[in-house]
Amino acid sequence: MAEANRGNRPLSPHLQIYRWQITMVVSILNRMTGVGMAVTAVLLVWWLVAAASSPGYFALVDGILASWPGLLVLTVSLWGLWFHTLNGIRHLVWDSGRGFDLGTVTKSGWAVVAGSVVLTLLTLLVAGGGA
Amino acid sequence: MTYQTDRNRVRGLGTAHEGAGHWWQQRLTSVALLPLTLLFLFPFARALGQGHQAVLVLYGHIGHALVAVLFLAVGFLHLAQGLQVVIEDYIHGKALRTALLMLNTLACGLFAVAGIFAVAKIAFMG
Repeated sequence: MAEANRGNRPLSPHLQIYRWQITMVVSILNRMTGVGMAVTAVLLVWWLVAAASSPGYFALVDGILASWPGLLVLTVSLWGLWFHTLNGIRHLVWDSGRGFDLGTVTKSGWAVVAGSVVLTLLTLLVAGGGA
Repeated sequence: MTYQTDRNRVRGLGTAHEGAGHWWQQRLTSVALLPLTLLFLFPFARALGQGHQAVLVLYGHIGHALVAVLFLAVGFLHLAQGLQVVIEDYIHGKALRTALLMLNTLACGLFAVAGIFAVAKIAFMG
């Protein structure tokens, strides 16, 4: 059966030569932001435990997070949080059976990318003044 | 003709032996996280970089403390659910997969409890 169709079937995507599309990029980024936020979550708990421990230990941890590598990690985390949140909403809409045609899927994918950047900048403007 | 027993057909779980249970739990935590994330993020981001006293004042407030506790509990549950699927998708050796799944559950639980304990300590003792 498999032998009869050989050479005449669609091949599964070969990632190195597959043409990149917004839908696959957003799908991959959704997983990467999700896994990446494990690091963010650990940093958040470290910071909270430090705040509950002593002023000296808090100053150390807060100083690490407020250093430029720390702020870079936090800013990327903020973008990841918005990206994962917006794409999560996209997934919930799909779960309701809507928005599945190719045109809509492409548009909503770009909307997630653009929205995540805009919301990250807005959050930095609104709440990041202290950092 | 089907080779399924009547009992298996009624249970409706198919060859994955699991059905949609885990998938549905993920939807529940993701919906709950939408308001919790917004409520947690902005006060947290404002307090960040404002010094120790600002954090103690923030989570000394009962509303902010409750939001933080709920965000940590539901957030780490959602993280554990998501990481579980990633491990199941990419790790194929049974021993390593089982070990990583156990580690995932333990680590997410541990960090959730540590974060919640820290917020509770600040809320109760300042």
